[in-house]
Amino acid sequence: MEMIVCIKPVPDPKQAGKMTIDRETGTMIRRDVPSVINPLDRHALEASVRIRERHGGRVTALSMAPDDVLPVLKESLARGADRLVLLSDRRFAGGDTLATACVIAAAVGHLGTFDLVMCGDETTDSGTAQVSAQIAEFLDVPNIMHVDDCGVSPDGDLRLHSRNEEGAFTAEGQTPMVVSVTADINEPRYVTLMDVLDSEGKEVLILSADDLPLEESWIGLEGSPTRVLELFEPERKSRAEMLSGTPAEQAAVLADRLRRLGFRNG
Amino acid sequence: MDFTLSERDRMLQKSIREFAEKELPPRMDRMEETGEFPLDLLEGLAKMGILGVITPREYGGSGLGHLARVLVLEQLGRICPAIPMSLEVHHMCVYGINTWGTEEQKKKYLPALADGKTLGVFAVTEPGGGSDVGGTQTTARLDGNDYVLNGRKCFITNAHVSDIWVVAAMTGEGRKGMSAFIVEKDFPGAGTGHVEDKLGLRGANTGELVLQDCRVPKENLLGGEGNGMSVALETIVKCGRTGMASVGLGILNAVLEEAVKFANERVLYGKPISRLQAIQFYLSDIYSDLEIARLLAYRAGWLLDNELPADAEATLAKQWICEAAARSARKAVEIHGSYGILKEYPVQRLLRDALVTVPAGGTAEIAKVVLSRQAMS
Ligand SMILES: Cc1cc2nc3c(=O)[nH]c(=O)nc-3n(C[C@H](O)[C@H](O)[C@H](O)COP(=O)(O)OP(=O)(O)OC[C@H]3O[C@@H](n4cnc5c(N)ncnc54)[C@H](O)[C@@H]3O)c2cc1C
Ligand SMILES: Cc1cc2nc3c(=O)[nH]c(=O)nc-3n(C[C@H](O)[C@H](O)[C@H](O)COP(=O)(O)OP(=O)(O)OC[C@H]3O[C@@H](n4cnc5c(N)ncnc54)[C@H](O)[C@@H]3O)c2cc1C
Repeated sequence: MEMIVCIKPVPDPKQAGKMTIDRETGTMIRRDVPSVINPLDRHALEASVRIRERHGGRVTALSMAPDDVLPVLKESLARGADRLVLLSDRRFAGGDTLATACVIAAAVGHLGTFDLVMCGDETTDSGTAQVSAQIAEFLDVPNIMHVDDCGVSPDGDLRLHSRNEEGAFTAEGQTPMVVSVTADINEPRYVTLMDVLDSEGKEVLILSADDLPLEESWIGLEGSPTRVLELFEPERKSRAEMLSGTPAEQAAVLADRLRRLGFRNG
Repeated sequence: MDFTLSERDRMLQKSIREFAEKELPPRMDRMEETGEFPLDLLEGLAKMGILGVITPREYGGSGLGHLARVLVLEQLGRICPAIPMSLEVHHMCVYGINTWGTEEQKKKYLPALADGKTLGVFAVTEPGGGSDVGGTQTTARLDGNDYVLNGRKCFITNAHVSDIWVVAAMTGEGRKGMSAFIVEKDFPGAGTGHVEDKLGLRGANTGELVLQDCRVPKENLLGGEGNGMSVALETIVKCGRTGMASVGLGILNAVLEEAVKFANERVLYGKPISRLQAIQFYLSDIYSDLEIARLLAYRAGWLLDNELPADAEATLAKQWICEAAARSARKAVEIHGSYGILKEYPVQRLLRDALVTVPAGGTAEIAKVVLSRQAMS
């Protein structure tokens, strides 16, 4: 099975507290926060690698990102991808989900025939959860989101389980398709020291806009109908207050406060 | 001069960090309580390539080398210093066999020391004194095709969790009278004595080895008869001290993180105590210790990888870092006020752990003897 996993570098969610907003430009200051592969994309990668381990094939990690995050993206090779394709070009900058999906879809087409494109359901940095459906639309293949289990049937079809707030379903279908996964699909394995070593000989391909069949008006800022108007931190009003006294006294004060806030027994 | 870590080093640092953050905390309470090494972790340590980080690939390791080992031990020590303590001595066993072993010895023992079935032991210290290696009293007498070993080793890391021991014993008199042997736990006459109940690094097993007419086949002599002193000293100095430096470095990472966290969370006079200059100065001291420690430890690993002289550098790294870990942990405890001595705060454990690193692998005084020699040379 020929699989492509879309991976996006995002600021490390564990260090999100260090991120600030530049009030003048309305953009995020990420320089103090190292990038990591979007957590759900690691699950997508793991799912593809497991399919390859059972049924054979190839896993390509694909990302549209500035080339200085290449070392971060190379982790995908240690996580089992056979090669890494980076789409990097100043002209891609400022793209919204539509422009991003357009570039990714063009790259998927450029790389040859494929069976499966796997994404995460959403990213931790802007989390629109639109890109996988848009890639599918550009490629004109089916799309299933919220996939929390996947396998390959004996006749080579994909078997997918998807769950959302409203319910769950199992679908079986022919490739090619685009799916996006939730964290429930698997527990990504640890990267071992041998994995790190083995990743070093793997292929890394860097493509620019010129390598892909793209029109300038479809990519980057120009190809993006979405404009982010304002970026702001939600105001946090909660303040901790320390109660004093014996435990019984503190409990009494606490109960009284809660009652006044409208909480009732029973 | 290049102070940056390679892409590979950064990637392995990150992967071990992830492993440590997930796998170690659930085991730590039990380790503290029982003083036992978590044997169920061995398989994971093997799979990750941690047991075999300095073992060549042809013997089942990853062969990444000494700087990689420092980075690995540091990341593990940042979460639970007792784990790299155990591993650092395990690596000494590997180092000894890999450096002085015959092809047969390497083939037989190195894969077994990488695949997670057991940890290794490197046993020199005796009740008669650890600093005085020449005063070793364990004897080895040739009898037919076997050496017969008699004696006691104490303070031995992994004593009760290891099947493969490198043991120093006297085959003659004086400097050239010492030899090293590879002893299997199941050899007749090989046994263990009591377990040490330690102040810190509690999850690392430390205890006695007892050799009573222990029969060791001649082919298990390591490095030739009379070369035991070189085997012992080179392994302790190069591998052991760099390893202990890494344990201390791991502790310093944790100390700074805990100190900063508490200083930011604890509110007095309406603001976090991290706004008080006295507290900031403590944090600045701990941060400086950590940064200097990192330079010293990484340099020692790098020198070893490049096969450059490293004896003084590894000794300096070990001695300076372990002392720094102890003094910084003490400062972190101060920052915590009385909370620092409560069991639910990690800083008290870090202080206890740091204190135990100081004599392990050679006392501070012995390090000063070595360094003064270097200073005058
Ligand atoms: C604060 C902020 C707000 C934004 N708001 C909007 C907005 O409202 N509308 C809008 O159109 N754009 C928005 N953007 C731009 C958006 O970040 C980019 O378009 C981005 O490339 C894709 O959007 P996403 O992260 O939401 O992807 P999602 O749709 O959440 O991602 C789903 C999956 O698609 C794949 N994927 C996404 N991006 C890439 C990539 N670059 N390379 C490889 N795979 C990828 C991954 O597998 C990922 O898990 C915003 C950006 C920021 C920083
Ligand atoms: C956690 C831990 C793990 C250990 N693991 C191992 C192991 O795996 N294998 C192993 O072989 N050993 C191990 N040891 C033993 C350790 O190496 C010795 O304890 C150490 O070398 C000190 O020996 P000693 O305790 O006998 O002290 P002694 O040698 O009795 O020293 C007593 C005091 O005299 C001082 N002193 C001694 N000689 C001199 C000198 N020439 N000049 C100035 N001062 C001097 C010492 O510094 C010390 O203050 C371990 C120790 C610890 C704490």
